[in-house]
Amino acid sequence: MATALKSYRPPVIEPSEEGDELLEVAMGPHHPSTHGVFRMDVALDGERVIRLKPVFGYLHRNHEKIAETASYLAAMPYTDRLDYFCSLTNNWAYALAVEKLAGIEVPERAEYIRVITAELTRVQNHASAIGFLLQEMGASGTPLMYAFREREKILDLFEELTGSRMMCNYMRFGGCRVELPKGWLERVRTLVDGLPKFLDETEALLTGNEILMARTQGVGVLKPDLAVNAGVTGPMLRAAGVNYDIRKVDHYGIYDRFKFRVPLGDHGDIYDRYMIRVLEARESIEILKQALKDVPAGPIMDPKSKIRGFRPKAGEAYGRIEAPKGELGFYLISDGTGNPYRYRVRPPSLINLTVLEDMCLGQNVADVVLIFGSVDIVLGEVDR
Amino acid sequence: MLGEGMLKGLAETAKNFAGSFVSKERLTTVQYPEERIAPIENTRDFPFLVYDGDDAMAGLRCVACQICEKECPPKCIYIVKSTDKKPDFVGKMQIYPARFDIDISVCMSCQICVEVCPFEAIKMDTEFELSTTDRFGGLLYDREQLSRSNEHYHKIHPTEAAEVDARLAEEKAKAEAKAKAAAEAAAAKAAAAPAPKEAPAKEPGA
Amino acid sequence: MKTAEEIVAAIKLALPDAKVEAVLNPSPSAQHSLRVVPGDAVAVAGFLREDPQLGLDYCSNATGVDWPDKEITEKVKTTKVVDGVETVVEETVKRVEPGYLEAVYHLFSMKHGPTDPAGPVVLRMRTINRSDQVELPSLTPVWRSAEFQEREIFDLFGIVFTGHPDLRRILMWDGFEDHPMRRDYVDPDDYEYEPTAHDEVLKRAAEQKAHAGVEA
Repeated sequence: MATALKSYRPPVIEPSEEGDELLEVAMGPHHPSTHGVFRMDVALDGERVIRLKPVFGYLHRNHEKIAETASYLAAMPYTDRLDYFCSLTNNWAYALAVEKLAGIEVPERAEYIRVITAELTRVQNHASAIGFLLQEMGASGTPLMYAFREREKILDLFEELTGSRMMCNYMRFGGCRVELPKGWLERVRTLVDGLPKFLDETEALLTGNEILMARTQGVGVLKPDLAVNAGVTGPMLRAAGVNYDIRKVDHYGIYDRFKFRVPLGDHGDIYDRYMIRVLEARESIEILKQALKDVPAGPIMDPKSKIRGFRPKAGEAYGRIEAPKGELGFYLISDGTGNPYRYRVRPPSLINLTVLEDMCLGQNVADVVLIFGSVDIVLGEVDR
Repeated sequence: MLGEGMLKGLAETAKNFAGSFVSKERLTTVQYPEERIAPIENTRDFPFLVYDGDDAMAGLRCVACQICEKECPPKCIYIVKSTDKKPDFVGKMQIYPARFDIDISVCMSCQICVEVCPFEAIKMDTEFELSTTDRFGGLLYDREQLSRSNEHYHKIHPTEAAEVDARLAEEKAKAEAKAKAAAEAAAAKAAAAPAPKEAPAKEPGA
Repeated sequence: MKTAEEIVAAIKLALPDAKVEAVLNPSPSAQHSLRVVPGDAVAVAGFLREDPQLGLDYCSNATGVDWPDKEITEKVKTTKVVDGVETVVEETVKRVEPGYLEAVYHLFSMKHGPTDPAGPVVLRMRTINRSDQVELPSLTPVWRSAEFQEREIFDLFGIVFTGHPDLRRILMWDGFEDHPMRRDYVDPDDYEYEPTAHDEVLKRAAEQKAHAGVEA
C-alpha cells in the first residue's frame, strides 16, 4: 500500500505552561456519577483534561467462561445480567444468535411479543439514561424520578409477563417462554397511550432549559468518521450524524412491517445525544402502537425446538440487534455438544468507551462526568 | 426572554408538587414496610417443593429425577436419591429425594428448574424477605424447609395452580383409562384362554 | 460482492502476494470467513477498509478463540517385517496436532448499509502455537474499535498484538498472571467466597474448621 491509512488516534493536548506538573486524579471507582464501578485516570492542567484513561474490570464475572461450562439454555439467565437495565433485549440478542446458529424459525406471535417487549425496554432505558444524565448535571434526581415513575409501570408489566422485574429470562430459542397473561395487551395499550404525555412533560422540563443547553451544547463533540472507525453504535453514533440503525440495516425480526424514522443529530455533542434519546423514545412509541394493533394468535414457540438437550450442529454464527445502548452482538461457536465452544458478547458500552478519551481531551473536568453520562454505559455490559 | 425554558421547567415541577397532594398518579411512593403494594401474581422468587395432601414427606411430588439439578445454571440444587421406594400420594411406589438442598444465596431465581421438571414438583414461591443472621447454613434450605402444600401453591399462584391441577388430573385420567383398557384386554384374554386348551385335546382323538 | 470467494478474488486482485483463503462455516448461518496469514493481515485489512466497493469501515467485534492441542489416534498402514516377511500392518498411531490461538474480526460496512443476506465479513488469523509464539499484528491502526477488544484478547487469551498503541490488561488487574479464557485455565483455590455447603466443599470446610479448632 503506497498511501498511508488515515489513522484515528486521539489528539495530543499540550499543557498550557511548560514544566508545569499535571494533577493526576483517579475519578472512581467509588463515585456516585460513574454508573457503576468505573475509574478514569485523568491528568489535569488546572481544569483542562490533558490525559484520560478509562479503567474497568471491577465487575468482571467472566460470563463468557461460565457459558462455556453451562448449556445453551443455562446461559440465558446470565444474559439478563449483562446490561441489567435492558434484560429483554439481551435475551433477544442471544436467542437470535442461537437461532442463526441452528437455523430455527420463530412463529409470528413470538416475533410481535419480542418487538413489543424490546421497544418498551428501549423507552424505559432512554428515559432512565436522560434521568441519569441530568442527575450528573446536578438536577438532583427530579427528571430521574419522573422517568422512574414510568419505568416502574413498565417493569410491573414485565413482572406480570415474565415473573421478574429486571432479570426476565423470557426469550427462548425459537420463541418466548410463556404465553401472555390475560389482559396484558390491554394494559400495555393503556400504558403506551400515557407515554407521549410523559415525554411531553420531560421535554417541557428539560429541552428548553437554558442551563442544560449551556452545559451540553458544543461539549463532547464526536465527529462521524471517528465514530464509524471506533465502532461506536447506538444513539451516540446517530447523534454524530451517521445513519446506521440495525433495525433498518439487518431487517431482523419483523421490524420491516413497522414504519418508524431514525433521528439523526447534526453536531454530535451531548445535547444531540439527549435529543436523539427523546426522539427515539417517541419513535419506539410509534412502533409499539403499530405492533399492538395486530398481534396474531398462534403458538409462541417453534414446535420443533427443544428446551433440554439442545445440541446445534457444529459451526459458528454472529447475531446482533439494536439494543438501547448500541449494537449488542453474540458470537457463538458450536462443536456439536450441548455447551457452546466459544461464547462471546460484543458489548456496546465497552466499544462506545473507546472514544471517551477523544471527547474529553481539552475539556474541563466538570464536563468529563457529563460526557461520560451521555455515552450511557452499564458496567455489567462493559465488564461482563 | 432569558430564562423562559427554566420557568417552563419550574412550572412542570410545581404541577407535580401540587398534584402529589391530590392525585394518586403523582405520588407513587409507598411507605414500605408499613404499606405494601399488592404482589403481582406471576412473580417468582425462590423455588419450593409441592406436596399433595397433608403429610409433606409422604405427598412430595418430586421423584428425584435430578433433571432440575442438571439444568440449574448456578448449580445450587443438591439431590440425593433414596435407596428404597415409598408410595406417593396416589399409592404408586416411587423413589423420593432423601436429600434436596437448595442454596438460595446462590439461586438466581431463573425458574429453569420449574420449566424442566416433568412432574410439576418444583414451583416458584413469592417470599423474598428471607434474610437471616446465620451466615453459613441459614440460606441453605433442605427438603423440609422447601416443602409447601398444594393449597399454598393455589394461594400464591391461583391461575397457574389451577392449570397444573387440570393437567395432572388429565394425566391421571389418561393413565386410569389406559389401565382400565389394559385390564379389560387382559380379562378378555383370560376369558378366551380356556377355549384353545380344549381344542388340542380333541385333535389327537379325532 | 458479498460471498467469501468474491472477496478473496478482489483481495488477490489488489494484493497479489496476499495469502487469503475462504473458510466454510457448516452451520445454517452460512457466515463464511476469510483466513489471513498474520504477515499480510494489516495490508488486507487496509484494503478491505479503503476499497470503494467493499467499504468495510466498521469492525464490530474482535475476539479470540483458543484451540488447544488435539490428540489424534489414527490407524496407519505401515510396512513392517513380521517373521521375516514384509507385510502391511495396521498400527494405531497417536499424534498431537498442535493447538493455536485465533483472533476473529467481524466487519460490516456502515457506508453501504444493508447487505443481502445480512451478514458480516469475518476475518481470522492464527498464531503459530499456544505457548511461546503468540504474536499477531494489531488491526487497531486500521479500525480503532479493535483497541479495547485486542487488549481484552491479550488479557484473557494471551495473544500479543504487535503495533498496538497501549497493550496492557483491561479486565483483570495489572499484576494478574495467566490468561483466564484459555481452555486449560485452572482457577486458583485461594478465593474468599462463601462455599455452597455440600460435597467437596463441605469436606474442606470441615477440615478447615477442625484445623482452626486445633489452633485456637
